[in-house]
Amino acid sequence: MRKTAREMLGSPELRRLIARRWTIALALTGALFLAYYGFILLIALDKALLARRVGVVTTLGIPVGVGVILVAWALTAVYVVWATRVYDPGVERLREQLED
Amino acid sequence: MQTTLGQPTPLAIGFFVLFVLLTLGITWWSAKRTRTAREFYAAGRSVSALQNGLALAGDYMSAASFLGIAGLVALKGFDGMIYATGWLVGWPVLLFLVAEPLRNLGKYTFADVVAFRLRQRPVRIAAAVGGILTLLFYTIAQMVGSGNLITLMFGIPYEWAVVLVGLVMLIYVLFGGMIATTWVQIIKAVLLLAGVTILTLLVLARFGFSPGQLYAAVAAQYGQEALEPGGLVTSPLDAVSLGLALMLGLLGLPHILMRFYTVPDVRAARTSVLYATGFIGYFYIIIPLVGFGAAALVGREVIAGIDAGGNMAAPLLAERLGGTPFLGFIAAVAFATILAVVAGLTLAGASALSHDIYVHVVKRGQATEREQMRVARRATVVFGLAAVLLGVLFKGQNVAFMVGLAFAIACSANFPALLLSIVWRRFTTRGAVASILTGALLTVVLIVLSPTVWVDLLGNATAPFPLRNPAIVSMTASILVAVAVSLLSRERSAEAKFDDEKLRTYLGVGAE
Repeated sequence: MRKTAREMLGSPELRRLIARRWTIALALTGALFLAYYGFILLIALDKALLARRVGVVTTLGIPVGVGVILVAWALTAVYVVWATRVYDPGVERLREQLED
Repeated sequence: MQTTLGQPTPLAIGFFVLFVLLTLGITWWSAKRTRTAREFYAAGRSVSALQNGLALAGDYMSAASFLGIAGLVALKGFDGMIYATGWLVGWPVLLFLVAEPLRNLGKYTFADVVAFRLRQRPVRIAAAVGGILTLLFYTIAQMVGSGNLITLMFGIPYEWAVVLVGLVMLIYVLFGGMIATTWVQIIKAVLLLAGVTILTLLVLARFGFSPGQLYAAVAAQYGQEALEPGGLVTSPLDAVSLGLALMLGLLGLPHILMRFYTVPDVRAARTSVLYATGFIGYFYIIIPLVGFGAAALVGREVIAGIDAGGNMAAPLLAERLGGTPFLGFIAAVAFATILAVVAGLTLAGASALSHDIYVHVVKRGQATEREQMRVARRATVVFGLAAVLLGVLFKGQNVAFMVGLAFAIACSANFPALLLSIVWRRFTTRGAVASILTGALLTVVLIVLSPTVWVDLLGNATAPFPLRNPAIVSMTASILVAVAVSLLSRERSAEAKFDDEKLRTYLGVGAE
C-alpha cells in the first residue's frame, strides 16, 4: 500500500530509522570524544605516563597519538558500513512505499 | 649546510611552470563545462566519491599543516604530534553530524540549510557574515603564509608572490569554477601525498626502515625530551578549548561544507568523507616522521636559522636527501598546496556574496541563470582582490593565530546554527540570527582580550581573558543564546516545515 507524504511522516518505521541514525551517530561521536579528549587530558594531567618508554627510546605517547588517528578513521569506517548495510536499505524501503 | 633555498633554481621553476600550465589547461577544459550556476558552484554534482575525497583533502591540507607541522615536530618534537592529531579528529564528526543532512537539504552553501525553513533574508545575512568572517581570517593566514614561503623558497619579493598566487587562483575560479577548483585540489592532494611519502621513505631508508632507530637518533642529539610531551599542553581547559575549535570548527568551514554539493547523492558524500579521512589521517601520521627526520638529518639549528618557526624543515630535508631536483619538486608542491586552498576559499567566499546575499537577499530568490553567473563571477573577482589586498596589508604581521580564530568563529557562529537547524524543531529565525552574531562577535572580542593577541601581539603583561582559544566559551554562549532566543520567539511556520523537511533530510526526497 502506498503512503502519502503525511502518512509517511507519521509512520513509526520512519521515526525508528531516524532515531537509530542519531543513536549510532551520537554513540560514535561520543567514542571519538573519549579517544581524543582522553589523549589531550592525559597529556595535560599525566605527562609521566605518556613519557614512559615502550621501546629503546620510543615513548608511549607516540603509538597513542598515532592510535587516536587510526581510531578516528576506524569509527568513520564503522559508520559508513552501518549506513550502507542498514540505513540505505531502510531508506530504499520507505521511498518505495511513498506515493509519487 | 649549503642550500639553494631562496634562489629560484631552473628545476623548481620548471616544476612550478609545469603545474601551472597543467592546471590552466584543466581550467580551459572546465570553462567549456561551466555555463550554469549549478556547474559553477557545484561542478554539476558530477564529482565521484573518490574524487571528492581527494579534493576535500586538497582543500584542507594547507601549507601550514605540511610545512608548519613538520617544522613544529622538528623543533619541538612530540608536541608537534599532539597538534597533528587535532587537525584530523573533526572529520568523523563532520560525517556523523552534518554531512548527510547538509547534502540533502542544501543547494550550494551551508546557509541554504540554515535558511531552509526559516525566514530567508535575516538568516542569509547572518550566515553570510559568519561564513565570510571565517573565510577572511583563513584567507589572510593563507595569503601571508604563502607570500612568506614563496619569498623564502624562490627569493622573489613578497608582494609579487601574493599577487602571483592571487592571479593564478583567480583564473582557476573565475573561468573554471568548481570543476577547475576540484581538479586543482585533486592534483595538489596527489602531489602532496606523493611528495611526503617519498620524503618519509627517504628518511626511513637512512634508519633501516625502523622508526625506532630514527627516534633513537633524535634522542641521541636532543635528549629523550624530544619524544615526550612538553610545554604545548599545560592547562587542560586551554587544551580542550583549542581541541573543540579544531574539531567542531571543521563543521562550520564554508569551503569544506560546499564540497558536499559537488557529489551526486548522499551516499557519495558519505563515502567521500571516508576517503578524505583516510588520506588526511595518513598524511598526519607520516608528517611527524618527516619532522623527526629533519631534526636528525638537517639539525634544529640550521632549520631555525633559516626560519624561526621551522617552516623550512621539510624543504631542507628534501634537499639533503634528494638534492636540488627534489627540493624543486617539494617547493612546487608547497606552491600548489597554497593555490588549491586559496581557490577553494575564494569560491566559497564568492558563493556567500552572490548566492546568499545577492540572489536571496537582494533579489529575494528571483534571479535568472545569466544573472546568477554574472554576479558569481563578479563576486569571485571581489573576494580574490580582497584576498590579495589583505595579503599585502598584513605583510610582516604575525598571523599564525588567525587560523585558530577562523576555526573558533566557524565552531561558534556557523556550527551551532547549522546543527540546530537540522535537529531542533523549535529553532527560530531570531534564534539563528542571534546565535550566529553572538558566536562571531564574542569570538573576535575574546581573542583580542586573550594572551594570543593581548600579550603576544600587543605586548601587555597579562591578558583579561585567560584562554588562548576562546571556542569553549564562545560556542557555549552561542548555543545558549540560540536556545533561549528560540524558546522566546516561537515560529509556528518553521515548526510545521520541520516535519516536511524530514523526508528530504533523511530520505533524500526532493534533494537536488
